[in-house]
Amino acid sequence: MDKKRKRSIIRGVILAVLVIAIGFTVYSSFTKDKVELLTEGDTAPDFELVGLDGKKHRLSDYRGEGVMLNFWGTWCEPCKREMPAMDRQYDVFKDQGVNLLTINIAQSEFEVQNFLNNLGVDFPTVIDKTRDVMTAYNVIDLPASIFIDPNGKVVKIKTGEMKEADIISHMEMIKPE
Amino acid sequence: MSLIDLSGTLLEVAFIAYLVATLLIGGSIKSKKPDGAQNRANKWGRIAILVTIIGFLAHLGYFITRWIYSGHAPVSNMFEFTTAFGMFLVGAFILIYFMYRVTALGLAALPIALLIIGWAAMFPQEVTPLVPSLQSHWLTIHVITAALGQSILAISAVAGLIYLLKDVDTKKKGKQRFWLEAILYFLVLIVGNIVVSTVFNVAGYEAQYSYVDKNGIEQQIIYNVPAIFGMNESTTLTEGAMDPLIEVPAFIHGLKLTTVVWSIIAGTIIYILIRLITRRRIADMLQPLVKKVNLQLFDEIGYRSVLIGFPVFSLGALVFAMIWAQEAWGRFWGWDPKEVWALITWLFYAAFLHLRLSKGWEGNKSAWLALIGFAIIIFNLVVVNLVIAGLHSYA
Amino acid sequence: MKNVVCVCGHENPVGTKICANCGRPLTEEAKSQKVLDMKYDGSAIRSKTYNKSIIDKVWNFFSSVKVGVALIIITLVVSSIGTILKQEAFVEAGNEAGRAAFYEESYGSFGKLYYNLGFSDLYNQIWYLVLVAMLGISIIVASIDRGIPLHKSLKNQRVRRHESFMKRQRVIAEGTVTTGDSSNTIDAVEEKMKKLNYKVRREGKALLAEKGRFSRYGPYINHLGLIIFLVGVLLHKFPGIYVDESMWIREGETRAIPGMDGYFLENKEFIFETHDNDPTTAQIQQGVNAVAKNYQTDIVLYKQADDAVPGQTDQLEVVKEYSIRVNHPLEHDGYALYQMDFRLNELKEMSFQLTNKDTGVSLGEVAIDLRNPKKEYIIDENIKVELMEYYPDFSGFNNEGAPQTLSPNPNNPAFIFNMITPEHPDGEISFVAIQQTVEPTGDNTYKMAFSGIDTVNMSGLTIRMDKTIPILFVGGFIFLLGLAIGSYWNHRRIWIEQFENGRIRLAAHTNKNWFSIKKDLDAITEYAHLPQYIDQLDDEKETENDEDKKEES
Repeated sequence: MDKKRKRSIIRGVILAVLVIAIGFTVYSSFTKDKVELLTEGDTAPDFELVGLDGKKHRLSDYRGEGVMLNFWGTWCEPCKREMPAMDRQYDVFKDQGVNLLTINIAQSEFEVQNFLNNLGVDFPTVIDKTRDVMTAYNVIDLPASIFIDPNGKVVKIKTGEMKEADIISHMEMIKPE
Repeated sequence: MSLIDLSGTLLEVAFIAYLVATLLIGGSIKSKKPDGAQNRANKWGRIAILVTIIGFLAHLGYFITRWIYSGHAPVSNMFEFTTAFGMFLVGAFILIYFMYRVTALGLAALPIALLIIGWAAMFPQEVTPLVPSLQSHWLTIHVITAALGQSILAISAVAGLIYLLKDVDTKKKGKQRFWLEAILYFLVLIVGNIVVSTVFNVAGYEAQYSYVDKNGIEQQIIYNVPAIFGMNESTTLTEGAMDPLIEVPAFIHGLKLTTVVWSIIAGTIIYILIRLITRRRIADMLQPLVKKVNLQLFDEIGYRSVLIGFPVFSLGALVFAMIWAQEAWGRFWGWDPKEVWALITWLFYAAFLHLRLSKGWEGNKSAWLALIGFAIIIFNLVVVNLVIAGLHSYA
Repeated sequence: MKNVVCVCGHENPVGTKICANCGRPLTEEAKSQKVLDMKYDGSAIRSKTYNKSIIDKVWNFFSSVKVGVALIIITLVVSSIGTILKQEAFVEAGNEAGRAAFYEESYGSFGKLYYNLGFSDLYNQIWYLVLVAMLGISIIVASIDRGIPLHKSLKNQRVRRHESFMKRQRVIAEGTVTTGDSSNTIDAVEEKMKKLNYKVRREGKALLAEKGRFSRYGPYINHLGLIIFLVGVLLHKFPGIYVDESMWIREGETRAIPGMDGYFLENKEFIFETHDNDPTTAQIQQGVNAVAKNYQTDIVLYKQADDAVPGQTDQLEVVKEYSIRVNHPLEHDGYALYQMDFRLNELKEMSFQLTNKDTGVSLGEVAIDLRNPKKEYIIDENIKVELMEYYPDFSGFNNEGAPQTLSPNPNNPAFIFNMITPEHPDGEISFVAIQQTVEPTGDNTYKMAFSGIDTVNMSGLTIRMDKTIPILFVGGFIFLLGLAIGSYWNHRRIWIEQFENGRIRLAAHTNKNWFSIKKDLDAITEYAHLPQYIDQLDDEKETENDEDKKEES
């Protein structure tokens, strides 16, 4: 009888292992993306880009302060619509240790500068000419905003147009203590 | 005489040799005279094999000269591939002959090879330059190995057909008798296709039409057979050419459908004529030829050729295919229709082996399975290449 | 559960059909057979032994060859359904709605049904995966169930077998030697069998000659290979193991390579070549003018400095220069870049003549780089053109009358120029798009007359990395090895026993290829003058094969 029990246990274990392995694979293939995506709670990848001011902007230079990143393009209407509110709130929050850095996707300086002038906004802007930073942050749809706290952790990822109230509440979240 | 002309002549020589060999085998089996008939039968059988080998060497000569002329293995279009498939089929027959010394196998193997080569000749025969994706030594390795595997697997169907011709009682009405005759009818349809294409070709029939393809772009097409089915929104351009009887939507290819229908019409007429003249089923006519066949041996030949062919097919049609796909596209598998049908073929023969080994499906059942397997191979060659367009589409 | 005790005293597991020791048939079924069913050598298939708990029932389900074959056939049929219509992967539609529309438009209501049933993406459906997974479980369970008892039974073979076993083999012989002395017959057989590369074991006057036993393990080896392969395939579903990205890159552009962190690619030139052959019949029939010969992207691969962060492109190191062609991907660091697609002649530069509308005299030419326009284009100190607005992909005017751009790509460039000329030092404003000019301030003296374009080609590349390739390779290799072992070799056994009275009994078995074992038997029969064997399944004697043989001998 002992032999029979042993055999049952072995069979049970083999079947269980198979079912769990397959079940987990099927589950993960239908729920997760195949690329490792940046998620809230991760450390924001450091980057360095040249701004319209001609200076290099490096994310790690802002350590100790909150940073809002905003990816955009001139052809993107919702990007354009949220910009005045962003500009207004940046003016409010910049004295409280919250920075705004907008990242244009691989357009010419002329187009970027002209676009911002027309809108009448003056926040710092960099251009991601090789789309390296866009890739590092897995940005696919524009606009995309990423809120990074003073410790360099991603607090909030927001894709799509934001209301002014959202911008305020998220900037509050990344304000240094 | 240029190399390509020589190549064409060698192919014709091969075709004639196979035809002669078929007749010789038929004669060697049929002779029933008591005075030393056995010896004569064997003598004729040996001459038949000799002629087959001469034909095969000529066929190989065609293959090599065309290879040298075109600079790539001649397996890059429908004509070349199908001709090569016919060559490998004869090669596999010769191989099995030397293993088992059974000439009767040629009774089905050679006519099927003849039909395949004849059908191949209906496609354009010029040397075509290679598109970038085919410019790889894997074209040679993958296609030749896959075709070789398929042709060895096809021998099992050849053995199965002979097995059934003897085993199935054609005097009694039944499913087996019906399907056996259906297979022979299908072979006559291929003859029909060859006849129709040749007749209209010799007559120089040509009609040009313009049509709108599935992407909405206007194209032109030349019909070499009278248009039964017209392409989508077809307009007749050639003066005096007949307007298509029926127009088909864009996702159906009117010319291909027309060719199929013409083949069925011609094949059916030929079949009816045979039945009217002989007043017998084709299976009945063939039965005397296979009377002396050892069923047990033919069952074993069928099984053995699956055993030999299956690993070769797995290597060529799946493993080499995956390696090439990984090298050319960065993914070893892409669910292209041709790939899927190679997988289906593979799964089918896997089922064949399991049924035989564990469920004891031998003899009659095994022979039917071998024929179904061959049907899948032919489907993969004809329908997948010509109807289901994919990466492997030749035409 | 009690074991079955054979007459010879050997204890066999329940379900055993043929005693592992002496070979006596144990079941009623086996006893009634004229020729014994020798598959798995009559050992007990494990699943048949117990059938009580749910675990056993599930186990037995997967162990069944009938279920296995059914799963193969279902997979086969289902797979074929996926080839009826184009799969979604081959449909060039960006989103779900586009794909749904494609199937309905192209194939009518059948296409709609096909799409709704999920057949248009059949090979990625959960149920298809589950089907393949069940096949995998079936392979594992059935192999364990049959392989282990078979192995035990082959390992513990006895030389001497019982009469009831010997007589129920397919090929048997019994009688006295045909000529000469029978005292050293077994020795003669042993000598000959060894020459034929058989392994021979003897127990007095009984002999077992065996060859190619390893071929019995072929199926289990190839199943192992298949399982390793399937595991490799399943691993694709996990992140970090497989990268499949694509990128479009223009000539002259440098871009970060998606999925390949720290690497950049510069497109020096895209080359498209065609064969210069005379059009073939197939080409004429299909209306194809030229056959493509080469798609090639000449690139430079760069790597960032090791301590660099994304976006830092001022210290790029050249890794290699290469020409990516079809079948010749760029390979580096486990990644490979493939030539996949291309677009020819995208607008790069547009030239205009600053022209007096009345006289038609040009004051000079202005060339605008559409990827990098400048603020002003100076012709001389009094004459310049200021670029006020630029819309690379002009798509019309919005509700407020402002011009819109659809994308950052110069598909349909539009400009607002301010033309400063000696006659108009403050400038004249003109909106210029392709085949369209609007002059908001009224009647201008000058216009920007379109005078030419310059174009670039764009190359579409795919970036792939697959860490499972070694696993797949090993799996495929083991599979082929097992297949070859199981197919090209066979397990032949010949049992011979000589009795006190000099009579000889012989039985032979092979798992396949009876033709060849009979040749071996012919050889020993002749050499040791054994009685002629018979094939118990052969009813008909007048065969072509036998005639051939007679003639040869």
